[in-house]
Amino acid sequence: MAEELKDIVLNYVTKEYLEDDSEPLTYDTPLISGGIVDSFSMVSLKRFLENKYAISIPDDEATPEAFDSVNKIVSLVERFVAKKG
Amino acid sequence: MAYSDKVRETYQAQLKGIREAGLFKQERFIHSPQAADIEVEFPTGSPLKKVINMCANNYLGLSSHPDVVGAAHEGLETRGYGMSSVRFICGTQDIHRELESRLTEFLGTEDTLLFPSCMDANAGVFEAVLTKDDVIISDRLVHASLIDGIRLCSAMHDTIKHSDMGHLEEKLQLHADKRLKLVVTDGVFSMDGDTAKLDEMVKVCEKHDAMVLVDDSHASGFIGRTGRGTHEKCGVVGKMDIITTTFGKALGGASGGCVSGRRELVEMCRQRARPYLFSNTIAPVVVAGVLKVMDIISRSTERRDKLERNAAYWRKGLTEAGFVLKEGDTPIVPVMLFNAKLAQDFSRALYDEGIYAVGFFFPVVPQSQARIRTQISAGHETHHLDQALEAFAKVGKKFDILGKTKQEIIAKYGM
Repeated sequence: MAEELKDIVLNYVTKEYLEDDSEPLTYDTPLISGGIVDSFSMVSLKRFLENKYAISIPDDEATPEAFDSVNKIVSLVERFVAKKG
Repeated sequence: MAYSDKVRETYQAQLKGIREAGLFKQERFIHSPQAADIEVEFPTGSPLKKVINMCANNYLGLSSHPDVVGAAHEGLETRGYGMSSVRFICGTQDIHRELESRLTEFLGTEDTLLFPSCMDANAGVFEAVLTKDDVIISDRLVHASLIDGIRLCSAMHDTIKHSDMGHLEEKLQLHADKRLKLVVTDGVFSMDGDTAKLDEMVKVCEKHDAMVLVDDSHASGFIGRTGRGTHEKCGVVGKMDIITTTFGKALGGASGGCVSGRRELVEMCRQRARPYLFSNTIAPVVVAGVLKVMDIISRSTERRDKLERNAAYWRKGLTEAGFVLKEGDTPIVPVMLFNAKLAQDFSRALYDEGIYAVGFFFPVVPQSQARIRTQISAGHETHHLDQALEAFAKVGKKFDILGKTKQEIIAKYGM
């Protein structure tokens, strides 16, 4: 699931935030601290993930640090999917 | 003592970093009224230099108009200097209400509320009309004051790619479960000079039951056939739920702003907006000046027509000279230089040629998008524009950027 999730998140972030002539993202590209994604725009990514995986991520866990790379986002989602059981 | 040497050194280091990055801004002191021709002291202590101003928001050339100044004098005589009060206590005069009515009629809305600035209007409006059950969807290039106001509000906030109505539709679908939805845009975008597609935005918003807020600060008075703003240009007068705008640009250039729109939304601002409740009312002298501006622009479109001709002339001249410009048809014409230091050096060189135009760089614009943002005025005559074009061409040649593409300029100067 982790690999599929990584690609889903990477594709979503690429489509949502990047222009056609941008450098391609990696799973570790710093998204927010690197200025690619502003912290407001995490909202739609959070909602997308919550809707797709039927989870609820509390606001205090949806921090800029937790969303700062594809790998970090995947870790967060996996944790909440696991809690769901 | 809280401000120890150690604390001072911390800030000195930060300021040093800003200087070293080529991002330090310096003020220039103007010793004359705002106009196409101004007298400037720069650097500090230098003799005054006569220069042509190419970077004021004085779009209609009314900032020092004798009729506006005269009306302001009369306002001082008849209504005093200051009210020493917020609006709702004892800070509302008959002329405040008169100006609100004039703006309502001019903008084609149901009601209007004055604020000390459009920065204050934007700071107060979102929190006054939305709750945590609602969502704000803003264009990614909206003005900083809108971002600040949105941050003060508890509603969810999402963004769309610049002017992308397909992306807007996706976001409205994503947030369909929210109680209220408010889509936010500039009318004319202040850094790029392009215009919002308000007609398309209204169609999408009507389909998804979303409200529209436009900040028309760089449009009120001169965009649209009779200068009413971006909504007039796009054929959607009467369909804006909230318009915020400033009197600090085309509408006199002093200060003040407003929220204008649906009656209930404006009333909510009157009841709840913090800048309205806690900040001093607009001074009578400013209100009197803006009322005269409204008289001038309501009786004739002469000034906005001249501005439109001037802007087209300027853009054509820069294009023919070989500069990289942002596309658009407004009086905001950004000359793209990409590198912050180049923008500063270019501005300094223009000043030596008698042209006042300032470099814009991070954080005012994104990294690697530095520019000279030129702004045209109805106060410019053809000789001003010709002199400025000559200076731009001379400086452009000096820095070897004429006829060069973005990639070539970046290759030469870096990002």
